[in-house]
Amino acid sequence: MIRLEKRPLPSQFWQVATPIVAVIMTMFAGGLMFATLGKNPIEVIRTIFWDPLFGEFAWYLRGQLMVKAGPLILIAIGLSLGFRAGIWNIGAEGQYIMGAICGAAVGLAVFPTENRLIFPVMIVAGAFGGWAWAMIPAILKTRFNTNEILVSLMLVYVAQSILAMAALGFLRNPEGSGFPGSRNFSSYPAAANPEIIAGSGLHWGGVFALITAGLLYILLQRHILGFQIKLAGQAPRAARFHGVVPEKLVVLCMGLSGALAGLAGLFEVTGPAGQISIDFNAGYGFTAIIVAFLGRLNPLGIVLAGLLMALTYIGGEMAATNLGLPSAAVQAFQGMLLFFLLAIDVMSNYRLRLKSTAAKMLGVK
Amino acid sequence: MMDFGGINPAILIASLMVASVPIMLAALGELVVEKSGVLNLGVEGMMIMGAICGFITAVKTGNPYLGFLGGAAGGAALSLIFAFLTQSLLANQVATGLALTMFGLGLSSLMGQGYNGIKPPLTGVVPFGPLRDIPGIGRMLFSHDWMVYFSIGVVAATWYVLKYTRTGLIIRAVGESHDAAHALGYKVNRIRLMCILFGGAMAGLGGAYISLIRVPQWTDGITAGAGWIALAIVVFASWKPLRVLIGAYLFGGITVLQLNLQAAGSAIPVEYLSMSPYLITILVLVIMSSGKGRTALNAPAALGQNFHASR
Repeated sequence: MIRLEKRPLPSQFWQVATPIVAVIMTMFAGGLMFATLGKNPIEVIRTIFWDPLFGEFAWYLRGQLMVKAGPLILIAIGLSLGFRAGIWNIGAEGQYIMGAICGAAVGLAVFPTENRLIFPVMIVAGAFGGWAWAMIPAILKTRFNTNEILVSLMLVYVAQSILAMAALGFLRNPEGSGFPGSRNFSSYPAAANPEIIAGSGLHWGGVFALITAGLLYILLQRHILGFQIKLAGQAPRAARFHGVVPEKLVVLCMGLSGALAGLAGLFEVTGPAGQISIDFNAGYGFTAIIVAFLGRLNPLGIVLAGLLMALTYIGGEMAATNLGLPSAAVQAFQGMLLFFLLAIDVMSNYRLRLKSTAAKMLGVK
Repeated sequence: MMDFGGINPAILIASLMVASVPIMLAALGELVVEKSGVLNLGVEGMMIMGAICGFITAVKTGNPYLGFLGGAAGGAALSLIFAFLTQSLLANQVATGLALTMFGLGLSSLMGQGYNGIKPPLTGVVPFGPLRDIPGIGRMLFSHDWMVYFSIGVVAATWYVLKYTRTGLIIRAVGESHDAAHALGYKVNRIRLMCILFGGAMAGLGGAYISLIRVPQWTDGITAGAGWIALAIVVFASWKPLRVLIGAYLFGGITVLQLNLQAAGSAIPVEYLSMSPYLITILVLVIMSSGKGRTALNAPAALGQNFHASR
């Protein structure tokens, strides 16, 4: 019989190996799933993981990688801080929507003024929208001890209703002949978020994502705040003796993750999405949870994880058009990845030991 | 019968009883899971798996009752993944629960390909005979399918088992202090596994009710957050089974009322009405959590903590 034996210290090797093993195992399990759907598993896996990088249309699809990875990385980095401290903001999707609405509203309010300052102000408004939306569960948590998981999640549904109101009502394009959706930002240069280098897919969202990753890496490694966040997650009692105020940490972690999700929403709506519409949000807020764990809650790991997850999005779309694979298959595939990741994570903290029958006979436990 | 705003109270209560069945079953299952010290956030995923498994079974066999069995099996099967990860591999319960929901949403819409727009076989109402013809009350209480009465029965049974039986005592002991329970010789992880499976089956049953009776058809994301509301109801009920009944009727009532207001063409915009159940859930959570910490005190002491026997 196999039993688990706790390691005195987490294994450095498995910390790094876990995501890699998990991805490989997901490919096998996913291949099985695709096979039961009647598809050739090798062809599907190649379409998802290989073709977007090295296939026929790679020149275009490689650019899409950064478009999709940008928001995922930005949101996931924010979430990872809270997850490390045991603060579970799972409503990033709502903060993303509210950031987009706030930022877009500022831009649309001054349409068609052309001024260099408009876009920076929109960025601030976007971050504010996400921050404010995340402050609701944070303050309810600190003041009334309300569960932040449930509140932040409920607020996603509320944000979606507000998004519907915005797209159909207060932000609707007055010249759109009654169609839902706001003005398109691509025809409003002062508020648009175009590609910075043509073909790279890199817009301001991607730039922000990479800068944030670097800054937060330094914060976690070198700053006292990063130490406190890690301490609060690993040993809450020790953290209190160290002088960490849990309430402040909740407000800080929730606020930062909300602001980053709001930024991601703003960059998405002014760039790739182009306009506020009922369904401009593509579920990045939820996928970012997987990205955060896949990146081992480490900012640099999250950058890699975000790129990989973006690949599954793009490859999944390719597989949908070329091989007729249902788009839901990719969602199941991403969920599966998180399962394998959590399963293999046991190796970081435990050793597998084979309990021999001889030892049992001698009464050794 | 008195009418207000075009809404008949008898019909409102009747449809409230139907609307609350899914969240009642799911919340009850989760209550037992949490009583054993496990926090499974995958209720939404297990519900939607139950919804699609139940729907497919019912359509394929033409028998709605087999459909409910299939739904319970689907929910339990998904919960088995959660049980394996958290009980055998000691994975983080919050993260695993979220994974369960994401995987369930994806897998269900994958399985549901080609089932859109099909009508499932009808589930008949319980024949109460003359009781049905009592004015008002007959429509309110005696015009439902058997699941409505079954769910109330399960609430009562769970209350009895948890409060008065040895099984209930063991479940509570495991949830309050797994070390003490382990020292007494109880198989902590095995007991928790059983509770998780029960929770999965109940969530699956609730999901099947949505796709087979409440809607009744299959669309992607059909549960629309019902699983999360069920989780909130457990907090609202402060881990007491009979209060789950009240909580479910309260939330079912809000859902039905806002749908009726939408249909009646109320002056309140649709978006405000459709966000109201979620806002009220938050409000209720705040009230329940802040009331002198009573709810927090009632939560199982070992909730969310994994158990690893060192010896």
